[in-house]
Amino acid sequence: MGVSVNEAVSTDPVRDHPPPARRRGGRGRSALEVALLTVLAIVMLFPVLWMIETSIKENRDVYAIPAKFFNFQFTMDHFKDVFVGAGGGRSALSVSFLNSVVVAGVSTVLATVLGVPAAWAYSRFAVKAKKDQLFFILSTRFMPPVVVVIPIFLMYRQVGLIDTELGLILIYAAFNLPFTIWMMKGFVDEVPAEYEDAAMLDGYTRLQAFRRFTLPLLVPGIAATAVFALIFSWNEFVFAIFLTSSDDVRTAPPAIAGLIGGTTVDWGLVAASSVVFALPVLVFAYLVRKHLVAGVTLGAVRR
Amino acid sequence: MASATPPAQGRSPRLSDRGLAVAFISPALLLLLAMSVFPLLWALYLSFTDYSATRGGPARWVGFGNYTAILASAQVHQRALTTLLYVVGAVGLQTVLGFSIAYLISRRTRGRGLLTTVFLVPMMLSPVVVGLFWRFMLDAQFGVVNSMLGSLGIGPVEWLTRQRTALVSLIVVDTWQWTPFIMLIALAGLTAVPKYLYEAASIDRASEWFRFRTITLPLVWPLLLIAVLFRAIEAFRLFDLVYILTNGGPGVSTETLSFHVYKVAFLGFNTGTASAYGILMVLVVIVLTQLYLRYLNKLKED
Repeated sequence: MGVSVNEAVSTDPVRDHPPPARRRGGRGRSALEVALLTVLAIVMLFPVLWMIETSIKENRDVYAIPAKFFNFQFTMDHFKDVFVGAGGGRSALSVSFLNSVVVAGVSTVLATVLGVPAAWAYSRFAVKAKKDQLFFILSTRFMPPVVVVIPIFLMYRQVGLIDTELGLILIYAAFNLPFTIWMMKGFVDEVPAEYEDAAMLDGYTRLQAFRRFTLPLLVPGIAATAVFALIFSWNEFVFAIFLTSSDDVRTAPPAIAGLIGGTTVDWGLVAASSVVFALPVLVFAYLVRKHLVAGVTLGAVRR
Repeated sequence: MASATPPAQGRSPRLSDRGLAVAFISPALLLLLAMSVFPLLWALYLSFTDYSATRGGPARWVGFGNYTAILASAQVHQRALTTLLYVVGAVGLQTVLGFSIAYLISRRTRGRGLLTTVFLVPMMLSPVVVGLFWRFMLDAQFGVVNSMLGSLGIGPVEWLTRQRTALVSLIVVDTWQWTPFIMLIALAGLTAVPKYLYEAASIDRASEWFRFRTITLPLVWPLLLIAVLFRAIEAFRLFDLVYILTNGGPGVSTETLSFHVYKVAFLGFNTGTASAYGILMVLVVIVLTQLYLRYLNKLKED
């Protein structure tokens, strides 16, 4: 497996070099380090494994005291409950998953369509106060969501966007846009401007040069950026809980959080829906692991 | 590096370049203006009024009344202290742990990719999933954490229902989720340290600690600071984890500033007061972000 993380930031062409030279005779110490890393890895992974285990346990084993680690009764009922409602039809949870797909998908497309051209323009042209504009754009992303949601709530109430998917899509697109622009600008910077200049000498207009020569080279970058935007929208909770309320519109995070509202909590169901919810994220994150450093710092840190 | 100005070619392309730039940038900026700047300006206006979202009716101008009330409020001071404890505790712990893990991983030759992947899982999960699941694991009766402690002979701990432990639990859960973030960035810094520096040092028979102090740390430090600042901003605005894990309780012991703003705005419906509160938070975020961006900029220019 390629060690993705190395390439993301290094300013130095040498990559994947061996670790800082280890002293000879450090066998014992090395073993200690391996042991320490293993323990830490188990601690980090345990909650995830426990979640998966809970999702396939019979209810009485879920609440067993002391907790049952191995000899539990296996069941797929919790997963069935995620998708099939009590009456037999589709469950409210499965509707919310569908809503999440729509909202995350469309908002990502919107952010990409608006963000990629903007990133290209910022990379190629002498825009007035470029640095200030870019920093302003990134700083909008750092605003506390709870604060932003107050005026957005009032604004949406005024124009009838409260409790609609369109409302969520717009706010998610706006919150992914700074990330898309920063991330994509990095990718555009890596494509030599000379390609476009050469194409223009051949008689293409600049727009044609962008479309025919630069854009195809940007496709992997666009894909990676879109995947991150997708993950951010998919996981988002604060706007979702304040701007939507009905079951038909609600996305998965508030729907899953709503499972603990009652007097008794069906933790098996919570675990199963969490697994269903988190699985695509982990798969997607694995696909873009090369760009994780840039992705999680909103495009700010890269090589 | 892409140069900013395209070669001048006659007079029309240059003009059209400007047109192209405007046409490509303005839709994005318009969306941001509509969804970020305009709402904040509206909040700014509301913060000078006594508007309430439920009562409706016209908003009355109260000048700086909301601001002075908030800055003088003992309740707000308490939330500020809670937030500070949380930010310092969580980010501090994450930094130490994240850097240590990164250092250990960077010393391995084999299995580095696998280890990194394993450690990064918590970071990619939604705060909803993380919060819910830890709530289950930390349950005083049937939670697996108490179950394991019990087998070691340690009595049940009321993780989320005691004043003192609740904030600690919050810090622990946040640390579990975000240690990978620091680790990832520290690892990126560590693997970028040129090998020849270490080789030169070992020729000089420098001690391991000396190498760490004089080579590793100075080279990784700038990147690490970026990660720490980034986490501090995120931790300062924390809301979702509190909402899910403790709902601010018990009492108000885990109410952060963000959570308090939410209560004033959506449970108390004092929209004007909440806006002023929010604007004050935004000011803090702006200062922190400026710090972060300045530093980032300096790092990029070096």
